Amino acid sequence: MSNLAINVENVVKSFPAGDTRTYALKGATLDAKFGELLMIVGPSGCGKTTLLSVICGTLKCEEGRLTVFDHDLRAMKEGQITRFRCENVGFIFQQFNLIPTLTAVENASVPLILNGVSTAEATRRAGEVLEKVGIGEKRHSYPSQLSGGQQQRVAIARALAHEPRLIICDEPTASLDAATGQKTLDLLKSSALQPDRCVIVVSHDNRIYHFADRIAEMEDGRVTGIHNDPKNYHHA
Amino acid sequence: MLGIALKMLFRDRAKYAMLVCGLSFCSLLMCQQISVFCGLMMWTTATVRNIGAPVWVVDAKVEQANEVIPMRQIEVERVRSVPGVAWAVPLFIGMEQARLADGSFQNVQLTGLDTGTLTGRPMEMRAGRIEDLRLPNAVIVDQVAVEKFRKKGIKIQLGTTFEINDKEARVVGICHAARSFFGQPYIYTTFDRAMEYTKPTRKQLSFVLAGPSAGVTDEELAARISRLPGLRAITKDNLFWLTVLWYIKNTGIPISIGTVVILGIIVGIAIAGQTFYLFVHDNLRFLAAFKAMGARMPTLAAMVLLQAFSVGFIGYGIGVGLVSWFGSVVLVKEQPPFFMPWQVPTFVAIVIVFICSFSALIGLIKVARLEPAVVFR
Ligand SMILES: Nc1ncnc2c1ncn2[C@@H]1O[C@H](COP(=O)(O)OP(=O)(O)OP(=O)(O)O)[C@@H](O)[C@H]1O
Ligand SMILES: [Mg+2]
Repeated sequence: MSNLAINVENVVKSFPAGDTRTYALKGATLDAKFGELLMIVGPSGCGKTTLLSVICGTLKCEEGRLTVFDHDLRAMKEGQITRFRCENVGFIFQQFNLIPTLTAVENASVPLILNGVSTAEATRRAGEVLEKVGIGEKRHSYPSQLSGGQQQRVAIARALAHEPRLIICDEPTASLDAATGQKTLDLLKSSALQPDRCVIVVSHDNRIYHFADRIAEMEDGRVTGIHNDPKNYHHA
Repeated sequence: MLGIALKMLFRDRAKYAMLVCGLSFCSLLMCQQISVFCGLMMWTTATVRNIGAPVWVVDAKVEQANEVIPMRQIEVERVRSVPGVAWAVPLFIGMEQARLADGSFQNVQLTGLDTGTLTGRPMEMRAGRIEDLRLPNAVIVDQVAVEKFRKKGIKIQLGTTFEINDKEARVVGICHAARSFFGQPYIYTTFDRAMEYTKPTRKQLSFVLAGPSAGVTDEELAARISRLPGLRAITKDNLFWLTVLWYIKNTGIPISIGTVVILGIIVGIAIAGQTFYLFVHDNLRFLAAFKAMGARMPTLAAMVLLQAFSVGFIGYGIGVGLVSWFGSVVLVKEQPPFFMPWQVPTFVAIVIVFICSFSALIGLIKVARLEPAVVFR
């Protein structure tokens, strides 16, 4: 196993816009290593979310090379990509996307059930992960009964439950206040980051930049710079 | 994931209740109305079912069981002469007026059974003996007569007398007979006495009832008798359906009931389809999240189908259950008309399955078009 978890080279992705096409990615190149928290930053509309979607296979790119855990994603069929994602990717969304009619533990058990784990076993393991992220006592609460920070913890538990190798977070702190955002990132880093894992976080929020191991700066559909010393990184 | 799908459905209380109500209402409306229709149609065939003879011979122009074109009594002999006829007896059916002790009138369906054999006799006697019909002035009345006379303050029991066309009739028995369309009581007497009760005319024979000898089917017998000029022979089953079809073609009943049934279907599709669409629409974001997390399309399809069919099943159960309960109450009183053969709930089930499939299909189209990438927005 190489140290490289993800390798993105000159990836191009466009969307139809009337008669023409808008190019969201114009040849983006990026590496992510095992055991690191990589943050992607950049102005709104520069293609961060699109890049994340391409990496996890929810969007297909048109050009370039895309290798995730030694799999050539572009060569895989739709069904294979879905299964790959099911086993290997954990998601944390800006809007949490917790199902309002499911309790915390039921929400967290969904990825396990999707991976074929029995409901009883999935519930047990999801409960353990909820303990680990510190809201074990809220396991039977519905999302509406939880604060934003607590909901994001449930979302983290859901992303971790099936022990995926890649965890993808799009603006995980955008719906949270500053202090909760810090705590969430802290938790994410301590619970999610392991030597055989890779965490990618897209963020606007310069108050959490210091949690990153490396920062990739994007602009207009390209990665324009990699910063290895996030503590001293200041956004232009 | 199916467990998750059911939780998502049942815990969305408002939409779940709405869906179940819509489908229950729709099943109830259809099931109840069709059963009332079947009940009405059963009423129209009361005479056929009460008498129960295998082959009915009528004037060639008769179209259904409630239409009587009198024939000459000699026709009984003509029918008897047809090969394969084991027996043939006359039957009189006519609307007469009974005059009660207090002077009030009541229309009755006078039924004159063959004096010798009493063929077509009531199937269920509640009081008295059928053989006593051969006593002077004897009649047997049905439960409807008892009920109608009671409303006029007259208690009918064995020995009660009233008049039919100024001639005395004495009750020697009380029977139970299927209720007729217009709800006149059945009064049974012998054919000969029925001739005395009615005004004498040249033609007084309403039906000839016939039965086949061994080895001849009812259909064959009917075909043979029908070859006699001026006569038409119809098997019991055919007469039943001819009568039902006649009422379907010649009355407004099917249209008015059909309208309600169609309304039920439309209401069902509108409420259930739209609510289910809303339900799927509201869950689209989460279904997209499932898709992103690696749920395959067949899994999502199974979830949506399960949701649609579980509300369908529950709604159907409630609707048809309520109608059955209503029916069990009504059947005791025999009014309003109600008859629910197994075909009715089956038909309703098919319509509900159609509505659910339709709703699920709309939801599935949305799910299939779903880009998993939308979860990031
Ligand atoms: N599904 C889509 N259809 C059409 N255009 C799209 C679609 N998704 C993204 N785009 C376009 O692609 C470009 C990049 O979008 P993207 O969402 O990746 O930006 P972003 O960096 O995540 O922005 P933000 O920080 O606001 O989330 C934008 O110009 C956007 O309008
Ligand atoms: Mg974005």
